[in-house]
Amino acid sequence: MLPSLSQVIAEKKAGQPPTHSQGSTAHGTPMGMPKIETRNLNFFYGERQALFDISIQVPQRNVTALIGPSGCGKSTFLRTLNRMNDIVDGARIEGSVQLDGTDIYRPNIDVVSLRKRVGMVFQKSNPFPKSVFDNVAFGPRIAGLTDRKKLGEIVESCLKRAALWEEVSHRLKDSALALSGGQQQRLCIARALATDPEVLLMDEPASALDPASTARVEDLIFELRRNYTIVIVTHNMQQAARVSEYTAFFFQGKLIEMDRTDQLFTKPKQKETEDYITGRFG
Amino acid sequence: MTSATLSAAERPSLQKRWSLTTLKEQCIRLVLFCCALLSVATTAGIILVLFSETVLFFSQVSVFSFFGDTVWQPQSQDNPRFGIWPLACGTFLVAGIAGLIGMPLGLLSALYLSEYASERSRSYLKPTLEVLAGIPSIVYGYFALVFLTPYVLQPIFENVFGIEVGGFNVLSAGIVVGIMIVPTISSLSEDVLRSVPRGLREAGLALGSTKFDVSVRIVLPAALSGIMAAFLLALSRAVGETMAVTIAAGSQPDLSLNVFRSIETMTAYIVMVSLGEASVGSIEYRSLYVVAMSLFLITLAMNIVARFILRRYRNVYQ
Repeated sequence: MLPSLSQVIAEKKAGQPPTHSQGSTAHGTPMGMPKIETRNLNFFYGERQALFDISIQVPQRNVTALIGPSGCGKSTFLRTLNRMNDIVDGARIEGSVQLDGTDIYRPNIDVVSLRKRVGMVFQKSNPFPKSVFDNVAFGPRIAGLTDRKKLGEIVESCLKRAALWEEVSHRLKDSALALSGGQQQRLCIARALATDPEVLLMDEPASALDPASTARVEDLIFELRRNYTIVIVTHNMQQAARVSEYTAFFFQGKLIEMDRTDQLFTKPKQKETEDYITGRFG
Repeated sequence: MTSATLSAAERPSLQKRWSLTTLKEQCIRLVLFCCALLSVATTAGIILVLFSETVLFFSQVSVFSFFGDTVWQPQSQDNPRFGIWPLACGTFLVAGIAGLIGMPLGLLSALYLSEYASERSRSYLKPTLEVLAGIPSIVYGYFALVFLTPYVLQPIFENVFGIEVGGFNVLSAGIVVGIMIVPTISSLSEDVLRSVPRGLREAGLALGSTKFDVSVRIVLPAALSGIMAAFLLALSRAVGETMAVTIAAGSQPDLSLNVFRSIETMTAYIVMVSLGEASVGSIEYRSLYVVAMSLFLITLAMNIVARFILRRYRNVYQ
């Protein structure tokens, strides 16, 4: 039996009080300087519009969850934040996405350095068919780092931060493909951390994992929020309730509501949000 | 609902009955089986003939002199010698040059097609490249003999480097065979490159890789064994290539690494003897089979290794 959302919220409040306690405005936009801000963002796959007029503020050093039914545009939105949609043929964007106040879709933006600052973890764990060490060292290496000692330090610290060091420290030379599914996903997180990003985008990072691995990844996300701004897409509302401070609800390509997670799950302002979190659709 | 109310007698019987339909099925099955059998039987027949003639050849010429002698002059009346090395050398020289030209060209075009080309340019380039594979090999040979050698190789090497280039030479043969194997390499390599999961490319890009980083550091290593297999299959084609090399490289068995002179490859020897007047049962006639057998074993080995590598590669991403 799954715990109810309000139970999850209550437990989280009792156990680990959120470090940040910013208030929220009427439409759920958090106070302070946002790390990422989108303004009137429209997104098209060819003729088909996938996102409609999304204006959102993602607060610094927090976990923001994007929830909504399948096909609601939450993954598409996530991928506009590091311009991963650029590689899709026929993708077109209107409006702006700002990272620390800089529009990342301006023509003079270097996408490669943008992606070093905005890391990404994918739904399906996708380690390279290389050793554990080479996977984590990949980012620093393409950035030009060759010093083996420094690489070793980075690999160790990233694996530790991804809570994987204990399990793989004795087999860094083994193929990453030999790891279990949960370990592979944490390796992908470690790999993303190795480029020293400020923002981590996670696209349903635990959807392909068993409950035990999911719990480990969720704990990890909760830990990482101290140092990183995390945006996580999930269609598991319990997960959103457990790991995030803020939650945005997407429906049919539109942002319906964004608020503090406890607010959104206990006192949603919009009818659609309430219907969704109470399981009336989706 | 209705089936539940049918009585036992009304239900269609499940028992197999002889009818026109089942008879037809049996016939079709038989015909198809015979077709499949025919190609197997042909292969088996060829191997059998090759094998028996090879055994007869070695009853007249010792295995030791076949692999130990360095001269191939089977037509000589007073001193016929059967050392396979001059022919093997010619064959591998041509295949080697072809590989040096065809492998980089083929691999780079595959990389371009799979990683860089837009769908639009791919739809033009890929068929064009495959047309190369459809040109009869004799055209390539003719091209090497009447264009490449006199208008490109001879002016360059004779005028610039002062090296004499024969009308028949290994280099021109190697170059055209290299061009011939480009479609084989590019098409097979492109398949393995494209089968590298999209997720790996996205992971690389998300880490701040350029397209080149992704191609060279992720996609290429992930596809390496498949590319090796493509190389081997293409090289085995180069080894077996006949008309182009016979025309371009001539028929002068010579154990030498000089690429500006004429040599004779195994295949060219077979052409020459087949066109000549070697009488059935003579040693010269049998030498034809022993060369064919060697050629067969070489290409068979290369194909087996290539298929083995390919199969192992396929298992990685399942």
